[in-house]
Amino acid sequence: MTEKLRFRNPELAKTIATKIQEIAPKKGKIKICHVCGTHEWTITHFGLRSLLPKNVEVIAGPGCPVCIVPAAEIDEAVQLAKKGIVITCFGDVLRVPGSETSLLEAKAVGADVRVVYAVSDAVEMAKKEPDKQFVFSAVGFETTAPSTAVEALGDLPGNFSFLVSHRLIPPAMELLLGVGDLEIDGFIAPGHVSAIIGLKPYELFPRVYRMPTVVAGFEPVDVLMAVYMILKQHSEGKARLENEYPRVVKPEGNLKALEMMDKAFTVTGGNWRGIGRLPDSALQLRESLKQFDAREKFGVHVEQGKDILLGCECHLVIIGKIKPDECPMFMKACTPAKPVGACMVSSEGTCRVWAKNVAVQA
Amino acid sequence: MCLAIPAKVMSIDGIKANVDFGQGVLREVNVTLVDAKVGDYVLVHAGYAIQVMEEKEALETLSLWNEILASGQQE
Ligand code: SF4
Repeated sequence: MTEKLRFRNPELAKTIATKIQEIAPKKGKIKICHVCGTHEWTITHFGLRSLLPKNVEVIAGPGCPVCIVPAAEIDEAVQLAKKGIVITCFGDVLRVPGSETSLLEAKAVGADVRVVYAVSDAVEMAKKEPDKQFVFSAVGFETTAPSTAVEALGDLPGNFSFLVSHRLIPPAMELLLGVGDLEIDGFIAPGHVSAIIGLKPYELFPRVYRMPTVVAGFEPVDVLMAVYMILKQHSEGKARLENEYPRVVKPEGNLKALEMMDKAFTVTGGNWRGIGRLPDSALQLRESLKQFDAREKFGVHVEQGKDILLGCECHLVIIGKIKPDECPMFMKACTPAKPVGACMVSSEGTCRVWAKNVAVQA
Repeated sequence: MCLAIPAKVMSIDGIKANVDFGQGVLREVNVTLVDAKVGDYVLVHAGYAIQVMEEKEALETLSLWNEILASGQQE
């Protein structure tokens, strides 16, 4: 597709960067927050921060669905694995620290833990090995939850169930606005979450919080454009919800996906690693699908885990309060090869994204 | 993990489609969540097409950008 070439056009990026310089306020500071690991990747990989005026800062919020899975839910998976149940998960979930061990460490001592590319692969495995019980650790934001819904509502074998750890993004964005001295001036909303949920869930940000909010795509030009659009709103003294990514995000979202999610899940409160409990921010399988809920099926429930290890600053990185290089362990005791915190484990964790960039520059 | 990649639908068989990620990388994906036709570009996330991308909208974005940038110039 020619799309990539056009949306990575360095000339266009330069023009937007110039416009950003022109429209940015001469005094004061503007802090723009995104909530997506892929946005952080684009920004870091293409060095977009260096194109922005000194007083325009872009920070990363809780945009990594793997990083925010609380240790307690990893502990649940590890407990099931120890019972001889096959745990299937996305690759990123494997090394996320639980209170004591990760799934990878459980695997090293004999547990059957298998990485899958798609939840349907896990279902296929279960069908092929009817003598074993299979559990899929369902991690992800609204981008991923629909695929869990498709399978939960589909033709599931009796030896398959889900450990649902899905979380919803808008409640996390709302939380950030309440963090005392964070003082955010605008949101870049995540394009692929929005492909599913559409624009409506963000309406409250400009309306209630007077927060400019722009849904954006993931090419460098998309992100720069979103920054420009937010600055433009500032210069006009307005707060609007705008869509920079209409080639993917429809105002109504993906109605089919939303309908399936609604059929499969109810919304409930959920714990976020480093953040704590957020109301209406998690999904759980509906009563009618209880037989596919691994927590119900195997009676596993861990209330509280050890989320943050001593010295790890993930809880501050996750809400954008500090940058990874402000953590004393960054690239010293904590590296991609030997990660300490969840933010260094997942390829979309802020520490990991920064680490990769440090390595590239070195 | 919310990474999603555009791919071209080459063939459809029920809920499964064969898609081309470019440079000959073909893969089977689930298309339950979208109404896609052969020849469409879909956005694929973790083995599921989550949205159909339209060239028309892509072009609209570009003209939107030009418009916004042009309107900024006049101020
Ligand atoms: S660099 Fe490592 S220890 Fe420090 S906050 Fe990030 S994940 Fe935690």
